Amino acid sequence: MVRNTNRHFKFDWITVILFFLLVGFGWLNILSASHTGNTINYFDLSQPFGKQLIFIFLTFGLIILLLAIDAKFYERFSSVIYIISMLSLVGLFLFGKTVNGATSWYAIGGMTLQPSEFAKTATALAVAKYISDLNTNINSFKDQIRTFVIIIIPAILVLLQNDTGSTIVYAAFFFVLYREGLPKYYLTIGVYIILLSIISLKFGPTKTSILALLFLIGFHFLSKKKLKIFQSILILLVAIAVSFGVKFFYQSILQPHQQDRISLWLRLEKDPQKLEQMKRTFAYNLNESEKAISSGGFAGKGFMEGTRTTGKFVPEQHTDYIFSTVGEEWGFLGSASVVVLFVLLLIRILHLAELQKSQFSRVYGYGVASIIFIHFFINIGMVMGLIPTIGIPLPMFSYGGSGLWAFTILIFIFVKLDSNRINEW
Amino acid sequence: MRQFLLFIFIIAVGILFLSRLFYLQIYDSNNYSLFEDNAIRKVYDYPKRGFVYDRNGNLLVANQPSYDVMVIPREVEPLDTLEFCSLLKIDKEQFIKKYHKAKRYSPRLPSVFVSHLSKEDYAVLQEKMRKFDGFYIQKRSLRDYETTIGANVLGDIGEVNNSDINRDPYYKMGDLKGKQGVEASYENTLRGVKGIKFIQKDRFNRNIGPYKDGKYDTIPEQGKDITITIDAELQAYGELLMQNKRGGVIAIEPATGEILAMVAAPTYDPNILVGRDRSKNFTKLYNDSIAKPLFNRSLQGVYEPGSPFKLMNALIALQEGVLTPDETVTCYAGYKYGNRFMKCHCNRGTRNNMITGIQRSCNAYFATTYRKILDKNGSSSDGIDIWSKHAQSFGLGNFLNNDLFVGQKGRIPDRAYYKRIYPKTFYSTYTISNAIGQGEVATTPIQLANMIAAIANRGHYFTPHIIKNIEGQSLPKQFTKAKYTTIDKPHFEPVIEGMLQVYRKGTAASLQVKDIDICGKTGTVENFAIIDSLRTQLTDHSIFVAFAPKDDPKIAIAVFVENGYWGSRFAGKVASLLIERHIKGYITRKDLEEWLLKHSLENEYAKPQSGKPFKINGYTSFQIVEEQEYYRLKKELNRINKAKN
Repeated sequence: MVRNTNRHFKFDWITVILFFLLVGFGWLNILSASHTGNTINYFDLSQPFGKQLIFIFLTFGLIILLLAIDAKFYERFSSVIYIISMLSLVGLFLFGKTVNGATSWYAIGGMTLQPSEFAKTATALAVAKYISDLNTNINSFKDQIRTFVIIIIPAILVLLQNDTGSTIVYAAFFFVLYREGLPKYYLTIGVYIILLSIISLKFGPTKTSILALLFLIGFHFLSKKKLKIFQSILILLVAIAVSFGVKFFYQSILQPHQQDRISLWLRLEKDPQKLEQMKRTFAYNLNESEKAISSGGFAGKGFMEGTRTTGKFVPEQHTDYIFSTVGEEWGFLGSASVVVLFVLLLIRILHLAELQKSQFSRVYGYGVASIIFIHFFINIGMVMGLIPTIGIPLPMFSYGGSGLWAFTILIFIFVKLDSNRINEW
Repeated sequence: MRQFLLFIFIIAVGILFLSRLFYLQIYDSNNYSLFEDNAIRKVYDYPKRGFVYDRNGNLLVANQPSYDVMVIPREVEPLDTLEFCSLLKIDKEQFIKKYHKAKRYSPRLPSVFVSHLSKEDYAVLQEKMRKFDGFYIQKRSLRDYETTIGANVLGDIGEVNNSDINRDPYYKMGDLKGKQGVEASYENTLRGVKGIKFIQKDRFNRNIGPYKDGKYDTIPEQGKDITITIDAELQAYGELLMQNKRGGVIAIEPATGEILAMVAAPTYDPNILVGRDRSKNFTKLYNDSIAKPLFNRSLQGVYEPGSPFKLMNALIALQEGVLTPDETVTCYAGYKYGNRFMKCHCNRGTRNNMITGIQRSCNAYFATTYRKILDKNGSSSDGIDIWSKHAQSFGLGNFLNNDLFVGQKGRIPDRAYYKRIYPKTFYSTYTISNAIGQGEVATTPIQLANMIAAIANRGHYFTPHIIKNIEGQSLPKQFTKAKYTTIDKPHFEPVIEGMLQVYRKGTAASLQVKDIDICGKTGTVENFAIIDSLRTQLTDHSIFVAFAPKDDPKIAIAVFVENGYWGSRFAGKVASLLIERHIKGYITRKDLEEWLLKHSLENEYAKPQSGKPFKINGYTSFQIVEEQEYYRLKKELNRINKAKN
């Protein structure tokens, strides 16, 4: 009886606290990045910080709702949720509003809604549901294909809407599938292909092919585990194919602005004039955000004191580049704390996921951790110039109602599932 | 293992991010400085540059505002070009040309559109300026010379160059800085300290407002006015007398070391280095490698001092006790040493004591004296070091360590110097030319003037300096503390008596000025130039040193006139007139004045440039200036005289 009365409050408070710490700190930085003038009206709805504050308040209602719903609901209705979500994505082609070249928004009154943010949660639910089905065997090729299809549908839909950033997020599900028993060679092949692609882009396909050949010869002589000749030749041919394929992909399929981002990242561009031009256009953000972070030093310039933030030097600073505000105003102490908070949150979710008795909850938990992780990795990596520019928000931090609510839903469904694990003996 | 993949990734990415942050914010981040933050615009507020007054309180240098129309091309909106052009007094073609030039330089940064507007144009334009977006007026401060004299004294200001900025980060691109003269040597006093305003800007480079409400802003500190020791009237008179001649004049007040006049000829009007034509005119002056108007001959001209240096030898001889003032030396119309002979103007068999030796400038007397000094202890090597030490105590052979922007060491040789030329044996006869101020001895006019000041003071001098007073500051000790020579006071009297006789009966007898006891010494110095890689002798330099009055000296002076032939021919006249003017305030020797205004040495200076063979000294003829030039000089003289009354 006692256990039963407390049931609704047996949530994992660590996750909840970490979540609110990030949301709260995020809002402070949005305030700093978006306010103008001297007086601040916190509920000024014409300003991002005012709107975000409303979004945060609404989040509380959303959380109560999410926790009030029976845990079984999510598992049972995951397919329905997935289908509705996919339809909302398809609907964008008819009713969508285009912002910054991506047709990702529904305009309802004065509000905009970005269904692709919610699609990630829906996909995570659907994948969890499908894998946890007793009839599914991830080691069977047929089921692998089916799982891939579930993941690829939303990925393709958002890609068609010109939202490359959100597409890449779906790669996160690899971690989920791998955890659930996806054969090892997927990992091996994946890692090889990524390495080969980068090397090939950097040094050209011919050099990469020669390198692969030398590597195989070296492997043949040095390793105890010998590969058969035809195996080696096959690997070599694949390597050559990948090298040239990447080049083709880079030159013929990628759009010029995407090429530029990669060429800047890999320092391929040597022409100083072109570099100058890049610095003035898309690399401008990157350059400015790196400078802002760097100028923060150890302790930062102080809340609302960042000169580059106040001067709005980093465009889109309250959305994708919010981390540069943290870097400038809170310095190493603040930005390192944010990194640590994210790592703690991720590890906590991962830890909880492993504790789940139900496979659905575990797979879903893994999905949550993977999706947040990929956002965290790409966003902060991009803002600090470690990876090419890809426009996705920093979870809980970046300005945006859809994003905030989508992550709230993503996390709190898991919090609910986790609170229910005690009942699943 | 499978459950650890994501875990490992999370930890790895966390560590990667932390190290990147460490690199960006701690390792790579220079200590944050407002000055280096390009999100903050630094606007400088330039203080008033200090004024320069002469010793009598006459304003020499002030400031004048100058207005430049600036343009920021990308902020320019369509405008009424016709009206704008007529306001600026340019035509439409020029407008388009200037606009494109500015745009090519940078569309975002301001560039000068039209520089140096007149005050009237500025007044009209200012009213209408708001109609022209992207254009604005920038006020700058330029120097305003209240005089046409003293270019070499006053110097000029110009924009700083890269090495100035690297040497002193106070200066920013486009700042003005003293380049020559007192503008350069008193730069820090005159310039003041500029104020700074920090203004927060946004990424479009627009001002948003003062950074932190101006918490870190500073107000400018005005430059201090200075008074220099120059007597503008004497300076103007000196410059007038030296027109159409080349050389340097330095007049010092012996009791203080203050420089009364510092003339370098030829000179130029300091006003030509102000404003729109500055760089054109500067280039012209700079490129004149023959007359060298930028070469300050009174400070930088290193000449053999000639006969005035005999005074030095006389003093050293008395101090070292190698002869008495009454001891006589017989002159055989020259001095024979070994199988060589040094000529002299004296009649054969003349017996000179020290006073007549100076009066007649007897070479034989001083050759004997010099040898006695060097051979006193039987070793010329020791002797020359003693001799050198005495001469150096008069400030010769080294920088005077004063407040003038340029200078030269000159040369007083010692044994170490001669080691290279005579490594083994060294006899007094080797350097006998030093006896008469030629050979290896070299001085600048200011050093020689200082030597005369030390003689006038009977044994001490004050470092010659140009600063008389700085607003609210006392002069540095080095200018107010007497420096003593190594010659005892009594030894000066016979030498001064000799100098007095130079005027009474000697080489400068024709230059006497009524009621003033002037002590002087003429000098005539051989000099050479390399013409077509041949060492060619030119007409001798005319040199004169003097101080007056004999008791309680008011002025010590050194005059060098290049190729003036002999001491009293040009230099002596200049010196006598300046002395009279300084002491009496008016001129009685109008004949000398007239003579100097009328005579030019330009024919002499043209000789080496002519490319033809030429004759010197005895074969030179006087060149009378053209009538027009003569009237110009007369008018100038009247102006100077009138300014006095």
